[in-house]
Amino acid sequence: MKQLRTLLSSWDALLVVLLLLAIILGTTLSPYFLTPFNVASLTKDLMEKAIMALPMTLIIIAGEIDLSVASTLGLASVVLGVTWNAGVPLWLGMVLVLIIGVAAGALNGLLVTRLGLPSLVVTLGTLALYRGLAYVVLKDQAVSNFPAAFTNFGFGSVPGTLIPWPFVVFLILALVFLGVLQWSWLGRQIYAVGNSKEAARFAGIRVANLKLGLFMLSGLLAALAGIIFTARFSSARPDNALGFELDVITIVLLGGVNIFGGRGTLIGVILSLFVIGAVRNALGLANISGDIQNIVVGSLLIFSVLGPNVAQSIREVLTHRRLAVGGVTKKE
Amino acid sequence: MTSTSKGLEEARTASPTSQSRLIRYVSRVRELGLLVVLLLIVVIVSVQVPSFLTVSNLEQILLAIAIIAIVAVGETLVVLTRNVDLSVGSMVGFAAFAAADLFKQQPGTNVLVAILVGCLLGLVLGAINGLIVTVGRVPAIIVTLGTLYVYRGLDFVVAGGTQVSASDVPDSYLSLATTKILGIPALLLFAAAIALIFAYLLHSTRYGRQLYAIGSNPEAARLVGIRSNVMVFSAFLLCGLLCGFAGVLWGARFATVDSTAASGLELQVIAAVVVGGVNIFGGSGTILGAVLGAIVLGTVDDALNLLKLSQFWLQAIDGMAILVAVTLDAFITHWLQRALITRRQK
Repeated sequence: MKQLRTLLSSWDALLVVLLLLAIILGTTLSPYFLTPFNVASLTKDLMEKAIMALPMTLIIIAGEIDLSVASTLGLASVVLGVTWNAGVPLWLGMVLVLIIGVAAGALNGLLVTRLGLPSLVVTLGTLALYRGLAYVVLKDQAVSNFPAAFTNFGFGSVPGTLIPWPFVVFLILALVFLGVLQWSWLGRQIYAVGNSKEAARFAGIRVANLKLGLFMLSGLLAALAGIIFTARFSSARPDNALGFELDVITIVLLGGVNIFGGRGTLIGVILSLFVIGAVRNALGLANISGDIQNIVVGSLLIFSVLGPNVAQSIREVLTHRRLAVGGVTKKE
Repeated sequence: MTSTSKGLEEARTASPTSQSRLIRYVSRVRELGLLVVLLLIVVIVSVQVPSFLTVSNLEQILLAIAIIAIVAVGETLVVLTRNVDLSVGSMVGFAAFAAADLFKQQPGTNVLVAILVGCLLGLVLGAINGLIVTVGRVPAIIVTLGTLYVYRGLDFVVAGGTQVSASDVPDSYLSLATTKILGIPALLLFAAAIALIFAYLLHSTRYGRQLYAIGSNPEAARLVGIRSNVMVFSAFLLCGLLCGFAGVLWGARFATVDSTAASGLELQVIAAVVVGGVNIFGGSGTILGAVLGAIVLGTVDDALNLLKLSQFWLQAIDGMAILVAVTLDAFITHWLQRALITRRQK
């Protein structure tokens, strides 16, 4: 009984239930939902968000947030398109884009760590700035004449299987992140910083440098996601991945990462990734537009923080009552 | 011993006054600085483009920012309490569609009914934000990032891909924005009246001072008996109400309303508020500052247009403005704090 209760109260178990519900929803909405082809395409659709969710998990655990990831993705995509149009070799363009991503993250990180500004406001500003720069660079144009080898990487799959290439990239990154966060000193430091910045500093952790590094990592992976997005749709447009930050942050928080930092696991985030992916895919198969799907995702975002709060309040009320009852029996 | 306790008492009374003086300095420095920036822009642009300093162009600038200014007033209330409302664009868009669609669904609807519907919708949406933030104890940024998309999604559901155009709405509705009273467009009068009412509310009423109090020191505010949950809720409620009314005006001004109306408005509004010197950490800032911030950004926008610079710069400039403003605030506060400390030591 007790074991059952701990199992039920664990957030990961809840996520498994949510995932099952999403799969049931999907199969009732469309007979194609559970076909291998659809599962592969569902996974493919998720990969940019998945790649950005990895560093976002670390940033939120460290007590900060990065709202600018989708804009960095858009800027990266546009720069890749413009350099390719200008005759720059694709590999060089990609290197340039990754550097821009790191620089974008560094600007966020410097403003947060050196000036002590709240990351919410800084990255809200850069959300507008980076997206704005994407519009400045490419106006309302689009670049779509990318070479086949590049776009094949985007929507092709590992030969002989249905496994999409971007998933391979994500898998490698996820394993690295998992190793670093759960089993390395760096991971311990990230949790420590999120739990108490002061204590972490006294313990000799270079809090500012660590956070700066995390923001740069977030910029780098957002740029990588931008390259994959561009390859997948064979299109560089300034409004690429507009609004993706909603999904990325929802995935991380629904995955059980505490918005105030210090707690959360990557396993939960990966579970919630597929919850969001399955819900979006199922609604998409039912011909429900992205803007209306956002109602569900936005609600899940709020629920992912509200749920634990409500559960805690209920638990507090229950313990109070038990204590009160206990006191009465003692007196008798 | 008595001298020690007296000294302590003095220190206790001295620190809040110097703190409030510091805050007053910061906002005064920021508002003056903003006026200087505004003047500089006006001088530079009017030298380049003579048509800039004409009455019709100035009126154009003010008309363009009137709705932003109304929403910025609501956002200021929320930001003062150390919260933020990212859902304002969706609330304005939803209210605009709901109000305008009323005339399409039921021709002959009284304009007052449409105003009421828009305001009521805003009130309800704002109340939802406020309830989840205060009772649910969820950070405002998460709540309103969620409702930014939820409200917009609901707008899409209601609109279902349709749009309301000028021919669907009566002239009496459009005249809400276009009528001129004493030569001044009604839209500007609405914005000015709202700004004045809320400036008075914040500056000279108990309610306003309490809003500042919970923003500048939540712990102290609780100790003096301010019910911060009720205050924060009311700030979200008023912000929703103002967004609802702004939505009604949006429909009247643009006449054509679909489900994407006012999307992205939140960035312009937050840029205006932050540029106007409202401290994002809460507790300081004025309505005058926020409106001034909106005017500066609107002037830059107009100047870009007249100088034939690309309109594609707009969003980047909004983002840059947010970053520059918060950076400046950090420096000014730091500098003033140090100045106050050295003065106290003397």
